[in-house]
Amino acid sequence: MMKKKFGSLVLAATLASSLLFAACTNGGSPAPATSTPAPDTSEPAVVAEPATTTTSDVIKVGVVNNPPSESGYREANVKDMEAVFSAANGYELKTAYSLKNDEQLQAAQGFITEGVDYLLISAAETTGWDEVLKQAQEAGIKVYLFDRMIDVDESLYEAAVVSDMSAEGDTAVQWLLSQNLDEYNVIHIQGAMGSDAQIGRTGALQAQFDAGKMNCVVQQTATWDEAEAKKIVESVINSGDKFNVIYAENDGMAKGAVAALDEAGIKHGVGQDVIVMGFDCNKWALRELKAGNWNYDGQCSPFQAQIISDLIKGVKTTSDKKIINEEKGFDATTITDSDIDTYGLGE
Amino acid sequence: MKSKFKNFFKGGLGQLAIPIIAICILVIFNLFRDPSFFSIAIQHNNDGNIVLSGNLISIINGASELAILAMGMTLVTAACGGQDISVGAMAAIAGSAFVKVLKSTSVINGGTVIAGFLLACVVAMLFASFNGTLVSVFKIQPMIATLILYTCGRSIAYWINGGATPTVSSPIINAIGSFIPGIPIPTPVLIVIAVAILFKLVFHFTSLELFTQSVGINGSAARLNGINSTFIKLLSFIILGICVAIAGSIGVSRLGLINHETLLLDIEMDTILAVAIGGNNLGGGKFKISGSIIGAYVIQMLTITLYAMKVSSTDVKAYKAIVIIILVVIGSPVIKSKIQKLISRIKARKQNTIAKGAV
Amino acid sequence: MQDNALLQMRKINKIFPGVKALSEVDFTLREGEIHALMGENGAGKSTLIKVLTGVYQMDGGEITVNGEKIVIHSPQDAQKHGISTVYQEITLCPNLTVAENMFIGREHNPLVNKKAREKKADKLLEELGIPARSTQQLGSCSLAVQQMVAIARAVDSRCKVLILDEPTSSLDDKEVNMLFKLMRDLKSQGVGIIFVTHFLEQVYEVCDRITVLRNGELVGEYLIEDLPQVELVAKMIGKELDELGALTYFEEEKKESGEVFYEAASLSSSDALPFDFKIHKGEVNGFTGLLGSGRSESVRAIFGADKVTGGKVKIKGEDVKITKPLDAMKHGIGYLAEDRKRDGIIAELSVRENIILALQVMKGFFKPISRSEAEAFADEYIKVLNIKTASKDTPIGSLSGGNQQKVILARWLLTHPDYLILDEPTRGIDVGTKLEIQKLVLKLAEEGVSVTFISSEVEEMLRTCSRLIVMRDRHIVGELKGADLNQTQVMKTIAGGESENEK
Repeated sequence: MMKKKFGSLVLAATLASSLLFAACTNGGSPAPATSTPAPDTSEPAVVAEPATTTTSDVIKVGVVNNPPSESGYREANVKDMEAVFSAANGYELKTAYSLKNDEQLQAAQGFITEGVDYLLISAAETTGWDEVLKQAQEAGIKVYLFDRMIDVDESLYEAAVVSDMSAEGDTAVQWLLSQNLDEYNVIHIQGAMGSDAQIGRTGALQAQFDAGKMNCVVQQTATWDEAEAKKIVESVINSGDKFNVIYAENDGMAKGAVAALDEAGIKHGVGQDVIVMGFDCNKWALRELKAGNWNYDGQCSPFQAQIISDLIKGVKTTSDKKIINEEKGFDATTITDSDIDTYGLGE
Repeated sequence: MKSKFKNFFKGGLGQLAIPIIAICILVIFNLFRDPSFFSIAIQHNNDGNIVLSGNLISIINGASELAILAMGMTLVTAACGGQDISVGAMAAIAGSAFVKVLKSTSVINGGTVIAGFLLACVVAMLFASFNGTLVSVFKIQPMIATLILYTCGRSIAYWINGGATPTVSSPIINAIGSFIPGIPIPTPVLIVIAVAILFKLVFHFTSLELFTQSVGINGSAARLNGINSTFIKLLSFIILGICVAIAGSIGVSRLGLINHETLLLDIEMDTILAVAIGGNNLGGGKFKISGSIIGAYVIQMLTITLYAMKVSSTDVKAYKAIVIIILVVIGSPVIKSKIQKLISRIKARKQNTIAKGAV
Repeated sequence: MQDNALLQMRKINKIFPGVKALSEVDFTLREGEIHALMGENGAGKSTLIKVLTGVYQMDGGEITVNGEKIVIHSPQDAQKHGISTVYQEITLCPNLTVAENMFIGREHNPLVNKKAREKKADKLLEELGIPARSTQQLGSCSLAVQQMVAIARAVDSRCKVLILDEPTSSLDDKEVNMLFKLMRDLKSQGVGIIFVTHFLEQVYEVCDRITVLRNGELVGEYLIEDLPQVELVAKMIGKELDELGALTYFEEEKKESGEVFYEAASLSSSDALPFDFKIHKGEVNGFTGLLGSGRSESVRAIFGADKVTGGKVKIKGEDVKITKPLDAMKHGIGYLAEDRKRDGIIAELSVRENIILALQVMKGFFKPISRSEAEAFADEYIKVLNIKTASKDTPIGSLSGGNQQKVILARWLLTHPDYLILDEPTRGIDVGTKLEIQKLVLKLAEEGVSVTFISSEVEEMLRTCSRLIVMRDRHIVGELKGADLNQTQVMKTIAGGESENEK
């Protein structure tokens, strides 16, 4: 009996500690959104300036986002938010990070009761936000969506600043067509099936396959996994099929593909046998581009903060609720070091 | 030799029969499908080294991390009668620690790599002993105990480096992850061989094998024979920790990059399956490391075969699951004893007919 | 053949790879008789039972019930033909009620009325005189009652043949008597009972007829009054019993030698109350008492098998600390546990590995015994103890009980202990092996090894021990030696009363 009790005690303790883990992982989850901001201190990097200056001209912004550990994209996105909505720019920033929709909803509610001026949301899921956004509207809080759309009536938010993933695909395919190859034998490595990025970046290329302008050697998903991408390319090489383009839907998978090429002694990059294309513009990827090992990298801009800030301060106005964040594609022959510094994600 | 061979089939369903038969079937299937499937080419890679390539190399090379983890998992399974499901997450942590050290210096030399690997080992052993303590001291079921790290391990990995996909590039890392100049065999394969030899040596120079099996089969009897079962269980986890550190470091070195979310993703299931396909009882007890290694290659050969058949990689998992279910069911005690009965009945019938013929 | 024959097995053959387990065996069970099936381990008793219950398929022969030829492919088939079995280990669920245990899995109607079931159970329990209530949790009953519930479950509904496989091995005398009463009741109802046991006295107490098997062959079928006990043993082991005589003769020479090897003062453990104990070099002593009297718990405390909670221990006059088995082993103490299956064998490991286990532990983790050394040890002890095994690489689990016990003995002998504790080393073991073990104990004592010997057969202890410690209710209540070492005196002490002053 005693033993059992002890066992459950231990279990409870571990559970509690795992909750603590989870809380920290989410960068303080919904807790910092409530009136007791104590856990905030555990993660000073992502927490806003304490509310020392509560003068009326300070704009209070609550950001509900995914945690920076989600991806390199998110990491840059979070840093960008922190940089733009800084005290120096006249903002007071409150943040809540979670991968879970219900935790995000709670956090948003917390921000509303706390009385922020603006609510910025990148939702984990597209549904379930009606109630909270209505509450915000009643409280006179203006809502901006960034990075991800939500399934609600347009009247519930001011504007949505998002990437157009299919435009990213279009830009990349246009660039590829402009290379004027004799024939296009493409290895197409897809991201996690069904994700926005995968759908957008696949679309334009698929159209080329369907139109018969490009030849699909293999089209496989590596679910964003670098090692899986390497296996896919390795298998094509072993089968002896000919190919001259690798179109990988993110940088990591492109790197995996290149590793397979290197081991097989296949030359790639500028002026070589195989064209390598990636997405996301990680700094290390842009450096590969600069070195001529890769040919193209498509941007997926995490920098929405400035646009939103401009809208808040009235520097910019918009008639359209959906604002497309302009995104570039970089060519290995034209990329510069300053491009790497400006647009590169990560270190 | 002949009698050994005979014994193997007479015991009928010796532990290794299933994985070996599985490999044979896969080989025959592939030869039938594409006679050149197993052809090996010798060529120069982009660094100018002479290397071997081909599907066979891809299989043996690609299964390296899996094989190493399967060896460690076999021990944990044998001693604790359960599995560690956090090996993938732990590998991400170990890999991150490895990268952390590599990135701490501007020039990566042999010393940094060794320091990085040692730190990875220490970190992995620490986390493994956390798991091991929960299992051996607090008697929590292994799957439940390791669920904790399984859930939060990859976030911990993220904390170590902060960035999402830190990269490292160095000829040494490249040599570990792909080929050492002058040696045409992929380095991970050599590492697997080294680890296997290390296991063999440990079994030779310690009583680990006997003690682990005793604890796994009959813990109460083992205790009354003076074996410290808590220590043996903990030790099995720590050894698995070392395997995890090695696998994690290989994973990082292959691409010179760590993505804490995808490094050795879902490997825990493949590892447990490799142990099961190898004929080891997942409930603990008697084990054969060699079975688990072969199991790992079975899984990898299956994957590569499916890729070569251009099966969509989303479907690969489903096909793999079907084949693995068949293998595990065939290897189950129920089916095994049924087959044994069948064989003995056929034999008896044969003897009868011979006897009748004689009359 | 016989007009009241209930079950006839004719010319039964069963072949295992390489072994003929049964060869042309006949067996007849008549209505309303208790028929003992006797034989050493490996004689073919359990194979015959398993053929009858459908666990094994026979390779030749025929089985008739009430003159009708039947085919048995599975335990279900056997049950259908009215053949029920109660095994040595209770295979019921202790956390269900008595009624549930009696009927679950045998009712074909999924919607049972719980009340009706309990009523039915109570009626049956009463009929059979089993002291249990239908609503009681099975686990709260004594082992004997659990055993009887198992029998009640077996005899319910159309049971004609009841097989009792070693039902008494974990029961004390009173419980055995209860069981015998139940058996006689069933007999009077016309049920034929096949009784498998190692306790010869019990055979003579309750059985009508004996069938003896040896090496898979039928030795003969005898009426109980035609076969004196000594002859039965002779038939079972296939030789005359000179040795048995020799062993009893040995009694005279048991003496206490001077040096005390082990001494404990108010030693206690989580399971044993404080007790004092000492043993001399080369002495064989015994702990006796009913089940639950604390005899096993006391010796476990000596070995450190349970958590030691207090007391002082001296070995050869020097203070030592023994808190875990390894401590005891390092001080030259060996312990053969009472429950061979649970605490002794490592079932899936080979005979060789089982033999070297304790020595290996003592040598330490980093000094493994080489394969060739281990094989030499295994060969040696397989020969010395006459262990019957296909090879030294055979898993111990596939050996017969007696041979498993010999392997465990070999394990401890290999450590060359100064003091060997044997808790029920002869339980569930055939007569021949029993004698061998007893002889071995005496031989060890002669060589200067101290031995503590526990057995539930008093007669066996009287034959081997020079001093008996008697326990009751977890206390030592007497110590018998010399002239007091006889059955009556032991019984009196166990039961309490006049010999109390012995202490």
